[in-house]
Amino acid sequence: MIAELWQIGLTLGILVAIVPVFGKYMADVFLGQKTFLDPVVEPLEGLIYQLGGIRIRKSMTAGEYIRAVLFSNLVMGVFVYFIIISQGNLPLNPTKLPAPSWDLALHTAISFVTNTDQQHYSGETTLSYASQMLGLGFLMFTSAATGIAVAIAFIRGLTGKPLGNFWVDFTQSITRILLPISIVGAIVLLILGVPETLAGPVQVTTLEGGGQFIARGPVAHFEIIKQLGENGGGFFGINSAHPYENPNAASNLIETLLMLCIPAALIYTYGVFAGNTKQAWLLFGMVFIIYIGLILLTAIAEYQGNPLVNSLLEGQQPNLEGKEVRFGWAQTALWAVSTTGTMCGAVNGMHDSLMPVGIFATLFNMFVQIIWGGQGTGTAYLFVNVILAIFVTGLLVGRTPEFLGRKIEKQEIVLASVVMLVHPIAILIPSAITLAFPAQLAGISNPGFHGLSQVIYEYASAAANNGSGLEGLGDNTLWWNLSSSFSLLVGRYVPIVALLLLAEGMLHKQTASASTGTLRTDTVLFTGVTAGVILILGALTFFPVLALGPIAEGFQIAKGG
Amino acid sequence: MKSQPNSTKKPFHLPTGPRESRRHTRKMDSKGIYQRALRSAFEKLHPKIAVKNPVMFLVWVGTIVTAMMTVNPHLFGPVAGENLRLLNGFIAAILLATVWFANFAEAVAEGRGKAQADSLRSTKSDTLARQLFPDGSIQEVKSTDLRRGDIIKIVVGDMIPADGEVIQGVASVDESAITGESAPVLKEPGSDVASSVTGGTRIISDELVIRVTADPGKGFIDRMIALVEGADRAKTPNEIALTVLLAVLSLVFLIVVATLPALANYANSPVSVAILIALLVALIPTTIGGLLSAIGIAGMDRVAQFNVVATSGRAVEACGDVNTLVLDKTGTITLGNRLAEEFISVNNHSAEEIARVSLAASLFDETPEGKSIVALARKYGANDVDFDSSTAEGVEFSARTRMSGTNLPDGSEFRKGAVEAIKGFVRSRGGKLTPDLDAAYERVSKLGGTPLAVCQNNEVYGVIYLKDIIKTGIRERFAQLRRMGVRTVMLTGDNWITAEAIADEAGVDDFIAEATPENKIEVIQKEQAAGKIVAMTGDGTNDAPALAQANVGLAMNSGTQAAKEAANMVDLDSDPTKLIDLVTIGKQLLITRGALTTFSIANDIAKYFAIIPTMFAAAGIGDLNIMGLISPNSAVLAALIYNALIIPALIPLALKGVEFKPLTANQLLQRNILIYGVGGAIAPFAAIKAIDILVGLLNLA
Repeated sequence: MIAELWQIGLTLGILVAIVPVFGKYMADVFLGQKTFLDPVVEPLEGLIYQLGGIRIRKSMTAGEYIRAVLFSNLVMGVFVYFIIISQGNLPLNPTKLPAPSWDLALHTAISFVTNTDQQHYSGETTLSYASQMLGLGFLMFTSAATGIAVAIAFIRGLTGKPLGNFWVDFTQSITRILLPISIVGAIVLLILGVPETLAGPVQVTTLEGGGQFIARGPVAHFEIIKQLGENGGGFFGINSAHPYENPNAASNLIETLLMLCIPAALIYTYGVFAGNTKQAWLLFGMVFIIYIGLILLTAIAEYQGNPLVNSLLEGQQPNLEGKEVRFGWAQTALWAVSTTGTMCGAVNGMHDSLMPVGIFATLFNMFVQIIWGGQGTGTAYLFVNVILAIFVTGLLVGRTPEFLGRKIEKQEIVLASVVMLVHPIAILIPSAITLAFPAQLAGISNPGFHGLSQVIYEYASAAANNGSGLEGLGDNTLWWNLSSSFSLLVGRYVPIVALLLLAEGMLHKQTASASTGTLRTDTVLFTGVTAGVILILGALTFFPVLALGPIAEGFQIAKGG
Repeated sequence: MKSQPNSTKKPFHLPTGPRESRRHTRKMDSKGIYQRALRSAFEKLHPKIAVKNPVMFLVWVGTIVTAMMTVNPHLFGPVAGENLRLLNGFIAAILLATVWFANFAEAVAEGRGKAQADSLRSTKSDTLARQLFPDGSIQEVKSTDLRRGDIIKIVVGDMIPADGEVIQGVASVDESAITGESAPVLKEPGSDVASSVTGGTRIISDELVIRVTADPGKGFIDRMIALVEGADRAKTPNEIALTVLLAVLSLVFLIVVATLPALANYANSPVSVAILIALLVALIPTTIGGLLSAIGIAGMDRVAQFNVVATSGRAVEACGDVNTLVLDKTGTITLGNRLAEEFISVNNHSAEEIARVSLAASLFDETPEGKSIVALARKYGANDVDFDSSTAEGVEFSARTRMSGTNLPDGSEFRKGAVEAIKGFVRSRGGKLTPDLDAAYERVSKLGGTPLAVCQNNEVYGVIYLKDIIKTGIRERFAQLRRMGVRTVMLTGDNWITAEAIADEAGVDDFIAEATPENKIEVIQKEQAAGKIVAMTGDGTNDAPALAQANVGLAMNSGTQAAKEAANMVDLDSDPTKLIDLVTIGKQLLITRGALTTFSIANDIAKYFAIIPTMFAAAGIGDLNIMGLISPNSAVLAALIYNALIIPALIPLALKGVEFKPLTANQLLQRNILIYGVGGAIAPFAAIKAIDILVGLLNLA
């Protein structure tokens, strides 16, 4: 057990080492400082700006920024929808796959354009190479870049700088962050054994003499952006549990770090923007502690195994159901908490087979959305929570609440409230409808408390733009495709609009200078208060749901059935 | 007439005695308030009024639904269990009590304001006024017919019928009706500070001619009545934002509870609608929702108790946010009156000579300083002036010349004033200056005194040392303010050296020397440009722009009408030091609001742990019942009873405000989070457990 925990510790240690370097680099990029990539990417960006007619110096208002986000995402979503439904007539389709149903294509396009990558299909048997590469692979870059751009605009507003230009932020996110890392990373994955080919599946004869098709394809480049961009939509149905996506411990380490690095480092990026890296480290520390707590809970539960099974085995064995033996319980637990925390949604094991504690942790992650959180948006949500914590407790120092010297007033609370309301609306309401008609709508494979978790998980995953699934759910139905599309869209664009308006509102406020009478937000005490507010406001909202899902299931198993 | 170079105004009349004894003398009938509030709390159940508070309205709706379920427990489908009518009836009753308690809290707070308004109203009666017409005729008119600009005459014994400006006469006026201060106040025309009178006060000697400055119903007392009564109480920005947050939290929990039946049914653990409503009410922030408006009203009331009239709750809140206090030296930091301490002769003149010249120069100076110079001169042996004072002519002090004095018919000119001003005067008349003048000037300045140079024609005789007396305890208060992050800036007309000495002694953070009233507005604008919230006091007409510019402008009641109108607060005691107390009151109001919000939200943890495990006992999560509550029904009732009783339990805190300690923000946060956050999370566990035991003993459920 100790060795496995050391593995987890090593991964987290590397993460902590990456954060300041990478966070500073991202700050340099978006503050317009010189970076070592300038000579390579500047001509390319210049060409893009020229072709797009982008006036790079012009900063946008929140309205313009929002329109640019929505317009670009709409165009890209429609484009990919048409690629998917016409894949039968497009090249790069060695297995001659027909077009999927319209609702699956719609759900898939929405799911990928919202950086969610919830998949109601298996990649290798549903989508052609063209759909995967030109459609989904394309969206994996652009949806991640959209998230980063929004986060940067939000941080700019919060720290009193003009919001910037969406097209420039979007382009630079790709050319200076996502693409360079992806190129290097894909080559590394290639070396580690991940395939990259346009050839169709191989037919092999097994040792028993039977025939078998082994799916392959342009996986390496797809895999790398899937992790780095927190997309999570696997080339293969079983995602990073597949040996061609994640062949060994080394690739597993790289892929785990890749999904964590951007959202973790963005907190540091904020610190550079705000000129207060102390606060960045404190917030990082707060998230890190909750994150470690969840990892330990999940890992120990998996290590202790299922009491029902243990009683049959007459001894304690780790819960290895639904796990790849090459990763074991520890790496699967680490991955499960990381992927639901970061809204990546890739999996290296079956979440459906996690112990109830693990399901609790993964659901919790998606409910609060800040244990690193989504690509860019997670960092923004973190600050929405900070703003709420300041508003609730800031009065306790005898001043009206203020953050970075800017007053938090009605408009900020209305917009933060919009963010708070998204989850109850996009998770609880469709879940209640689905569970009210379990026979007609739900398609649950394990009735009872676990089935309830399956339904909640699916909508939570959609609304939080995570994309992983508890699976075992018959989810390629008209109802599931459309209702989760609703959660995907509401969970993505409503908060983005609110965040950008919030940032602009803060930007235009007069700043008050700090004194010993103003609430300092960069203290251990206040960070602790923030954690308390996040736990009470964020998690307690979903306490009844958790009680009926994983908690009830946990008691059920503990009591022997 | 003023003789000192310091052009800042002094309050005409400073109340005496410790502050506590000067609080409103009007005693409120607290029994009457509670009786009225008991009834008014029922009246507030009217849906039209109830809907204004979204959180409590939700509870009210829940009351009606559970009441219906008391009549028919199976209204929304069959429910398992026994004694459902009794349980639902209990829930309905507790919910009704919750709403009623919240209404009661508001009614008590309002009642205190109303009681004050009533006692103010009693000072206002329709009296007859003698109106003076341009042709000189006098006609009796009703006071309610008086309009702005009318001229009236009042004589001893009259109630002053309207706010006005004295244009003729000198009289003493009893202002105890509004200030609670029994010593009469002298009123006379022309002077900035003593020329305004307030309707409802009584003239107790002589007579005055007054120009009415307020239309009926718009006078000072009318405004004050409206304010304390809370009739036009507009919610402050922070209150509005908090109301939004509370409404959204309620909406979140409404969605949680509304979606729960589908989930619970699927998990084979169905819940009755009455229990769901109980859960909803337990979770929504009823504690702060019920007390929020009471806190606001009580905050205004505390200011009124302090004999300060605030024009809006916003102004009181702004007091808590103040970063910079701009304070006049005189009257605020130092006692109003500087006294002549010593004559320092120069130019080889004797002390007697300078005493004689000083006496001559101060002949027409009626200010306390002027009088103290005369007194000191007599002590030095200067008995009387050697000219006929009736033929002499006084030269008034002005901010431009910064000197005053006396002119004789023979052309002799006696002057005293700022040293620079006297130097200029002497030079302009061909006189010579000696270096020992500068030495005397510096000596006085370094002592923190005000040097006044004295001359006759082109001959400088010496310097009068006017001693400033710093108020006791002011240094400690500034230290407290500094800890709270409030900077103090002293404004004084004194020269730089004097100002520095006094600033140092009083412990202010910054000072502006040789300031004119116009400097005030510059200082304020400069501070505001740096993002600071600025408070200041003022009483003169030339303070009005600065009072309007400041975020918190406290006008002295003794000040001019223009100053009072420009300010957002008026101090009836005319004590500028109160500005410091107002900062505390503002902070206390905000902390009280924050404390109850934090407490209310922190309570949710315990309520969840009381209700959820017992509610879903069928789902096998009974082990989460860590409080060991007796039964599902007793758990729900205990949580609800706690939820209802906490409101009246906190009414005293809401009305009195939490105890304020002048600490830094971090210390305050630490202290208050511990009491209201951590305490708010833990306390209900114990309270709910205790109530549950009681409910069990009484066999209620």
